Amino acid sequence: MSAYTQRELMAIAAARQIRDGDIVFCGTGISMLAAMAAKHISAPQSVLFFETGAIDSVLEEIPMTVADSRVMFWTSVNGSLADAFATMQNRITGSHVIGILGAAQIDRFGNLNSTVIGDYHKPAVRFSGSGGASDVASFVSRTIIFMQHEKRKFVPKVDYITSPGWIDGPGGRGRTGLPEGGPFAVITNMGIMYFDERTKEMYLGGYYPGISPRRILDNMGFSVDISRAAEVTPPSDHELRILREVCDPQRLILGG
Amino acid sequence: MRIEKGRANKITNLAEAVNRYVFDGCHISIGGFTMVRNPMAAIYETIRQRIKNLHLYAHSNGQGVDELIGAGCVAKLEIAYGGNGRFASTCVRFRKAVEQGTLPVEDYTNYQMTLRFMAGAMGVPFLPTRSSLGTDIIDKWGFTEAMRKEDPKIPDQKLIVTDNPFNKSGTIPKVVLVPAINTDVAILHVQKADAQGTARIHGLTFSDVEQAKSARHVILTCEEIVSQDDLRADPDQNQIPFFYVDAVVPVPFGAYPTSCHRCYDYDPAYLNEYLKSAQDDTLFAAYLDKYVYGSRDHQAFLEQIGPDRINRLKADPRTGYAVGLDRR
Repeated sequence: MSAYTQRELMAIAAARQIRDGDIVFCGTGISMLAAMAAKHISAPQSVLFFETGAIDSVLEEIPMTVADSRVMFWTSVNGSLADAFATMQNRITGSHVIGILGAAQIDRFGNLNSTVIGDYHKPAVRFSGSGGASDVASFVSRTIIFMQHEKRKFVPKVDYITSPGWIDGPGGRGRTGLPEGGPFAVITNMGIMYFDERTKEMYLGGYYPGISPRRILDNMGFSVDISRAAEVTPPSDHELRILREVCDPQRLILGG
Repeated sequence: MRIEKGRANKITNLAEAVNRYVFDGCHISIGGFTMVRNPMAAIYETIRQRIKNLHLYAHSNGQGVDELIGAGCVAKLEIAYGGNGRFASTCVRFRKAVEQGTLPVEDYTNYQMTLRFMAGAMGVPFLPTRSSLGTDIIDKWGFTEAMRKEDPKIPDQKLIVTDNPFNKSGTIPKVVLVPAINTDVAILHVQKADAQGTARIHGLTFSDVEQAKSARHVILTCEEIVSQDDLRADPDQNQIPFFYVDAVVPVPFGAYPTSCHRCYDYDPAYLNEYLKSAQDDTLFAAYLDKYVYGSRDHQAFLEQIGPDRINRLKADPRTGYAVGLDRR
């Protein structure tokens, strides 16, 4: 088995969560890479789909934004933002859409902050804001979230809820009026977290080779159940070859 | 008012169009998305004319929004996303202005901003959605009540959560009402337009069409002016009817340094250099002096960049982008 980088493992771990036939909503960066990898490896019938309105893009090169001309190539339809968000709620297509998101902070229920650190009115750090993330997290029945495992990012309470997860636990989404469904996996640089079906709380599902569950807990601002965790299968030579040679030969997203 | 000049020849130059329709304190939206098809030539002209106190609306415009903020043109911002794709996960001048407390921002989502432009285009006061229920987008307001009272163009409330009045089946209990946007002017860059202002956008339209229809005045910059017959021979491909449009300005490479589908790519070298300058106030002032104030017009700006660099961005006809462009 070849050596691999953390980022490569993250992309593959996310790609493995995508089911054949899913309509995959991708953001900028590693989520596009995961969707591309899934399409070339295990989910050939999946559809790459962007909030900008591009449907079933053929990515011959990695897009640098979800609006890139590269997402417009050889699509079924190039629509608009209004079309894209309707697709996530449409009664025929909506339940097939899977969303991939990232954020600066996450809490135990998968609520995400991509707006500010500190007080909203006097922020210590300002981020980009929702973009389409809050829309996706509101509408889509399954979301995957990319995070870095750090104490300041896995926090008991996020500074600002940009995108809704399970809100405050069982029934939380229903009480606020949100559709059913919500976050189902968090892919980090150390492992994979899932959400308990009953409590809606995050738990450790998998840890990467060489990383102990203890070390993962040390990098979180709250404690989670680790009793169900198993070691994640490292990427195969085939998975790595597709990722490196087909998806991102310039290493624009994978980096050095 | 705009219907009077419905069929007129609206071709003009950029300095004239901006001078006429973009004014101090006006409510304005710009088309495009992140570093794609932003009306950059018109944005640079706005900066050159030193028009201030803009109330700017955008969903995910990166480069255009950031340059307007950096040049001190923007007093208030309503936005969903202040990022520039892989070139800036958060736009730097936007981030600095918000962190320094000099720029009041109202945060919405991309879909909400789209619906807001759509409501303006439709002439209704709001549209409903389920987006962002349970989040701080609803609970936290960037504009104070006083600011909202002061300007009649800003709605009294940011968003309103209400019971679904059609809730017979009980499946959708609540909705969020998003207020309409009715701007003074929208500026869009398109690939083709005729003299009357009928426009054709190639590739994704983002929310450009809704923006055009929710504005009192529309400035269209375009890669090329084509004949009315050219556009009308294939009208299914046109998106903006002429009677919304006030000014048509031919500006080749008018979206540069952002991209324009089937015409040219974004310029990675420019965007990376911009990102570096944006981090530092002195460097940023020098950037504006050199490229914006130091160029008489967009043509002079492009001459500073030089034909070699511009030519490398030209789109390949099969894909619509510059295949193999070094984008590091």
